[in-house]
Amino acid sequence: MKILVAVKRVVDYNIKVRIKPDGSDVDIEGVKMGINPFDENALEEALRLKEKGVATEVVAVSLGTSANQDVLRHSLAMGADRAILIEASADLQPLAVAKLLKSIVTREQPNLIILGKQAIDDDAGQTGQMLAALLDYPQGTFASTLQIEGEEVTVTREVDGGTETLALALPAVITADLRLNEPRFVKLPNLMMARKKPIETINAAELGVNLDARLKLIQVSEPAVRKAGIKVNSVEELLNKLRSHEGILV
Amino acid sequence: MKILILAEHDGLQLSSSVHQAVTAAQFWNSPIHVLVAGHSADAVVQQAASIHGVERVVHANAAHLAHPLAEDIANLVASISEGYDVILAAHSSFSKNALPRLSALLDVAMISDVLEIKADNTYVRSTYAGNVLTTIQSTDAVQLLTVHGSNFTAASLGGNAEITSTETPAAFKKASWKSEVRSQSDRPPLGSAKIVVSGGRSLGSAEKFEQVLSPLAYKLGAALGATRAAVDAGYAPNDIQVGQTGVVVAPELYIAVGVSGAIQHTYGMRDSKIVVAINQDPDAPIFQVADYGLVADLFDVIPELTAAIQ
Ligand SMILES: Cc1cc2nc3c(=O)[nH]c(=O)nc-3n(C[C@H](O)[C@H](O)[C@H](O)COP(=O)(O)OP(=O)(O)OC[C@H]3O[C@@H](n4cnc5c(N)ncnc54)[C@H](O)[C@@H]3O)c2cc1C
Ligand SMILES: Nc1ncnc2c1ncn2[C@@H]1O[C@H](COP(=O)(O)O)[C@@H](O)[C@H]1O
Repeated sequence: MKILVAVKRVVDYNIKVRIKPDGSDVDIEGVKMGINPFDENALEEALRLKEKGVATEVVAVSLGTSANQDVLRHSLAMGADRAILIEASADLQPLAVAKLLKSIVTREQPNLIILGKQAIDDDAGQTGQMLAALLDYPQGTFASTLQIEGEEVTVTREVDGGTETLALALPAVITADLRLNEPRFVKLPNLMMARKKPIETINAAELGVNLDARLKLIQVSEPAVRKAGIKVNSVEELLNKLRSHEGILV
Repeated sequence: MKILILAEHDGLQLSSSVHQAVTAAQFWNSPIHVLVAGHSADAVVQQAASIHGVERVVHANAAHLAHPLAEDIANLVASISEGYDVILAAHSSFSKNALPRLSALLDVAMISDVLEIKADNTYVRSTYAGNVLTTIQSTDAVQLLTVHGSNFTAASLGGNAEITSTETPAAFKKASWKSEVRSQSDRPPLGSAKIVVSGGRSLGSAEKFEQVLSPLAYKLGAALGATRAAVDAGYAPNDIQVGQTGVVVAPELYIAVGVSGAIQHTYGMRDSKIVVAINQDPDAPIFQVADYGLVADLFDVIPELTAAIQ
């Protein structure tokens, strides 16, 4: 069984991004980048399935510029068997990503495709569902547990107000929640070794997909920030403030 | 021009967020239709028909829609999408699952979690965990979006929409619903509670989370919330997680107890009217978004606070 994992290169989750002075876009020049956290969960799950003997090969794929080699190296260091870079502009939108991934699925024929449930830059949460639709595959989104038996995967999904369990016929598309697992740390020797592994590069233009942006970015701005208020010294003072200043009857 | 709203419900009760979606849809000043997909969900159809501003309720009734799969919902909406210029739903785990699938079936881009509708095809949404507001324009003929419910007032009752029924495409064969677990609680629902008491990893255990925070929540008639760290540690159930990857709340009063205030958490609570933070670290980032901060050990002050409330 082959598993394909999509890993996106995003601004590190600890970093608060800046906005360009003219408001035309965010300014990510020189900012620390890394693998999208949910995609690390996706990859970790694929690796665990391989370690359990369920999967035989794990292929990581990333779409973007040659800079994306770093997240693919990271994926190889975590344990992916192969890495594919689909070279395109950095700001592909989910529908274009899904179409490009579909062409890789057609070529690689994986039994399971795992993506992150959401990229922490665009916060779209769309690509996995789109890919599943384009392939006419079943989908298990926001997955917190996965179990494969024969030609079927059982997925527990995190939904508003609880969880839901589905059974999907393989091949299927899964999107990973953070709770799916705890991704492993990459050991330095593995990172060194991963440097020597080849990364296959495919030019997106060769895949016959229309990459035109459907959504035009008009401007970016900073949300109104909450102002820090005051410190109170006691429970009594807190309650006084709430009662007298805010009219909250507690 | 016509607008279609995909309604969320549990078979008996229409989600209150549908009322907010109706208000959002009114931006286009065009007829609004609401699709209710379910099995024997006649009560829901009636509730949808009574929302002021809804012209028609389209009812899809089929056994396989009792626990609808995203695959079936997407196929159903695609089958009736002809003639609709805007398709929208309130942002929730239901719509997040189904609408991107529809988006690919229709080959149109989708705009997730819209905070503000600026023009017929121009929207404001947040990106980078709420650190950036992004204005985007969709160039597609069909506008497909989810809206951030709490940013839109709920449409009132008093409507009397026409009800029509529609054929449901055959069930998607490659997936099946097995079971669900709904968390039971006698507290108000987190998403709409007037007061929320949230606890972090610092509570230390599921028992203490309950023992320390429940009495306070009870006295205040508040919902309980939690940080991801508290949920991951097993102190609180996952459906009460507040934040970028949990629930977004905007209560009158938000009390953060032993919460550090990571941006992924504050994303989910910073629209609260008043924020109170209790943390023993005077430099905890939560104080930067709190109206009232109390630097103290939560195990001392929460019982004291609970006792002081009538
Ligand atoms: C992609 C991604 C998505 C995420 N999504 C979310 C999300 O949706 N929601 C979310 O909450 N997090 C989310 N996180 C995690 C987030 O980054 C933080 O790790 C998390 O919010 C921290 O939780 P915490 O404040 O409970 O724990 P900690 O950061 O460990 O903070 C504990 C706090 O308690 C205080 N404290 C300790 N003991 C006491 C005491 N006795 N009395 C008073 N104060 C005390 C400490 O001073 C500290 O400030 C996400 C992370 C990632 C990478
Ligand atoms: N450029 C990309 N390269 C690789 N994977 C991607 C890319 N964009 C999106 N994905 C995958 O799709 C998931 C959801 O992204 P999104 O729909 O943008 O929130 C991510 O977690 C990735 O697994």
